[in-house]
Amino acid sequence: MSLDTPPTGCLHTPVLRERGQREVFCGLTGIIWLHRKMQDAFFLVVGSRTCAHLLQSAAGVMIFAEPRFGTAILEEKDLAGLADAHVELEREVERLLSRRPDIRQLFLVGSCPSEVIKLDLSRTAERLNARHGPSVRVYNYSGSGIETTFTQGEDACLAAMVPGLAETQDENLLVVGALPDVVEDQCLSLLTRMGIRNVAFLPSRRASDAPKVGENTRFILTQPFLADTAHALERRGAQRIVAPFPFGEEGTTDWLRAVAKAQGVMLETFDAVTAAPRARARKAVAAHAETLRGKTLFMFPDSQLEIPLARFLARECGMLPVEVGTPYLHRGLMEPELALLPQTMLSEGQDVDLQLDRHAALKPDLTVCGLGLANPLEAAGHATKWAIELVFTPVHFYEQAGDLAGLFSRPLRRRALLRGAAE
Amino acid sequence: MKLTLWTYEGPPHVGAMRVATAMKGVHYVLHAPQGDTYADLLFTMIERRNHRPPVTFTTFQASDLGADTATLFKRAAQGAYDRFQPQAMIVGASCTAELIQDDPGGLASTLGLPCPVVPLDLPSYSRKENFGADETLLALTRALAQPCDRTENITCNILGATALGFRHRDDVAEITSLLLQMGIAVNVAAPLDATPADLARLPAAHFNVLLYPETGESTARWLEKTHAQPFTKTIPIGAHATRDFIAEVAALAGVSPTVDEANLRLPWWSASVDSTYLTGKRVFIFGDATHAMAAARVARDEIGFDVVGLGCYNREFARPMRAAAKEYGVEALISDDYLEVEAAIIAAAPELILGTQMERHIAKRLGIACAVISAPVHVQDFPARYSPQMGFEGANVLFDTWIHPLVMGLEEHLLTMFREDFEFHDAAGPSHHGGKATPAPAQQILEPTPDAATQMIEAAQALAHALHWLPDAERELKKIPFFVRAKARRNTEKYAAEKGVTQITIETLYEAKAHYAR
Repeated sequence: MSLDTPPTGCLHTPVLRERGQREVFCGLTGIIWLHRKMQDAFFLVVGSRTCAHLLQSAAGVMIFAEPRFGTAILEEKDLAGLADAHVELEREVERLLSRRPDIRQLFLVGSCPSEVIKLDLSRTAERLNARHGPSVRVYNYSGSGIETTFTQGEDACLAAMVPGLAETQDENLLVVGALPDVVEDQCLSLLTRMGIRNVAFLPSRRASDAPKVGENTRFILTQPFLADTAHALERRGAQRIVAPFPFGEEGTTDWLRAVAKAQGVMLETFDAVTAAPRARARKAVAAHAETLRGKTLFMFPDSQLEIPLARFLARECGMLPVEVGTPYLHRGLMEPELALLPQTMLSEGQDVDLQLDRHAALKPDLTVCGLGLANPLEAAGHATKWAIELVFTPVHFYEQAGDLAGLFSRPLRRRALLRGAAE
Repeated sequence: MKLTLWTYEGPPHVGAMRVATAMKGVHYVLHAPQGDTYADLLFTMIERRNHRPPVTFTTFQASDLGADTATLFKRAAQGAYDRFQPQAMIVGASCTAELIQDDPGGLASTLGLPCPVVPLDLPSYSRKENFGADETLLALTRALAQPCDRTENITCNILGATALGFRHRDDVAEITSLLLQMGIAVNVAAPLDATPADLARLPAAHFNVLLYPETGESTARWLEKTHAQPFTKTIPIGAHATRDFIAEVAALAGVSPTVDEANLRLPWWSASVDSTYLTGKRVFIFGDATHAMAAARVARDEIGFDVVGLGCYNREFARPMRAAAKEYGVEALISDDYLEVEAAIIAAAPELILGTQMERHIAKRLGIACAVISAPVHVQDFPARYSPQMGFEGANVLFDTWIHPLVMGLEEHLLTMFREDFEFHDAAGPSHHGGKATPAPAQQILEPTPDAATQMIEAAQALAHALHWLPDAERELKKIPFFVRAKARRNTEKYAAEKGVTQITIETLYEAKAHYAR
């Protein structure tokens, strides 16, 4: 094998596909971060008390900070005759919009019950659009557990918005995926300093800033779970820029390099803009890498962020992944990541009991998992990192690389601390 | 369809999970879509359990719907039995599975599992969490309880304590020790920490202690009917109720009602002069019916508060709640809509709110003191320390918990006497509440929680729009501590309206104060 052979990493690794009990959130959970991002949007779930209870449990205290989401709870009489349900829903929406006149985008979000009884939310959305447009734009998508897992809710939401975006013939760059505002600003600043103009974000903070799309649009994903949104944009003629995801110094650099190349940025400009933040990111990560180096890593499936994060933890922090689970593996989007990821066991889907058996046998140093598993695993002597935090916390791009590594080193430092043997 | 932002109760299958998780040796197979496993985290995070709840979800997906979800269920049930080898299983459907109409009970029985399998029928679209827990305990008891002789010694069962119950862990410990002092042993406490084998010998007890009617009443009634076991009706929350409870138990068991009260401190704490300032403080009480009604009695009869609002979110208990509220001269609020609760609180203008996690948020927004007396609660109300609500130690806990958020008596005086002082300006708030330490602006005194104040003032203004406050009187009003200012304004306007006065002067203000003095 010559040194020139391109690294193949996990590109050809066989993937263990499992089917059984899944310990994951449904797509409704995406509402919790999406509604913070889209400041004039309201998310109305059409579902059961379980859906309302899920949102409440997952959102914790956030629900009292003037939430812009709610659940239209189906009652027995709604199940009896479907014609009623549409009328009822329209009435609830009327009341909601009159109470919240600041709402510009309304998402009717389907759930398992509404999908099973085949409640046609698209028809309701159409009718409501006719009545309240153009001041309020009504969309619908499904965040049901039977169709979507956790972050796929964001994919379904953004994909539903794409057909409604205005058409443009201009050349523009679309950065796709909900990012915390501070991260979005950093991203925009880096791109601007490279001389890239006409950058827009999907989703935008407000409906009035919604991006335009057309055949001269190029787009790039910031999150790995946006397969449907990517397809929807391609159907509008936009072209995807292929890149790894902007986690860690390497991921961010590769991501920016892909954009720079596509936009014809000079190499010198690229280096000049990225040199300082790259150095900062490497330095910030190094502090945590000391704790993480040589530690084994096991990731339960949760958000589809597992593969890019395992890549970052392995390559920049020196961790040794022993199993990387993902709820869904989209090869088309994940290829650049798989090429970089060191050889490891990959699993897609889940049978949680079998996976726990493998986990117990491997005894990894750090386990990334959901909240339902974390405390039981801690009690069994394993160090864990809750996966959900990775979606809520700013973790993308250079300035967050240290924080990202810190999320994983903290549980290990804490264990050492409580044992009275700080590392 | 009903638009909901907050729900006081989860769906009924969460109630069933609370029973399964409370017990040992029981496994619950729940026919539910992917995502419903979120409920696990209530137990592992809020209650901080160190094991996974004993629940297997079938987690069907869209692709399974066209195919065979029934087979999926059977495979999950068989797999759960093989792996966990439970003494008994319960099987049921969540809201979505209820719609696809597989029959978990029937499917499980075709498997011929070598343990009792109890099917649950929980109507997800009409009932809620407490019903689910109550019904699950009843179903398990009916299936498992065996006729047996009474124990030789006098024993009783303790019924109703579940996983995710508000202070259930410590209440059971407190009541067990109280009963022990009376010479009564506990036969079985269920469902918390009980096994299916324990449920089988429930009928051996001489009577039942029903601690939580929300989750144990159906079982208590069934045991009364089927096994002739009477059950206690008094909920031992507060010193008075605990004494009544002791008397009731003593009568049922035929033992002496003398119990050592050496460690009961609430009555003296409350009688001491330090507590005089608590007299007539306006309190609004909301929660589950059991805790709310018990709290009202303690508030009025043991601490000397004025109960200005009382209600519950569980409609099942609307009737006793209405009767109780009448005793306090208020109309019961029966609602599971937190916006209605918020409106009632604003209208009642209390100085203290006793409620759930939601009322705590409402109180924070309105700038009113608050203590938690009932589920639903967050992680901080599953404390590490011993903190029952029931029995004599429970009474001590109640006193400390409720008094703590109130501005202390002396501090209240200081705030009034030195109200113009830079350190004691209104917005400084009580010293033991964090996050309020804002310096007073040079010119004008800040109104804390402007939302709440504005809302109350607007409501008052709507009532008395014809009234006109003279600038002097308005300034004087500002000197009144913020937490009673809205009430002072309202009383003054009411007084002025009654007297036919349209211009409010400083004199009107003080005349009204004298008129409404308590």
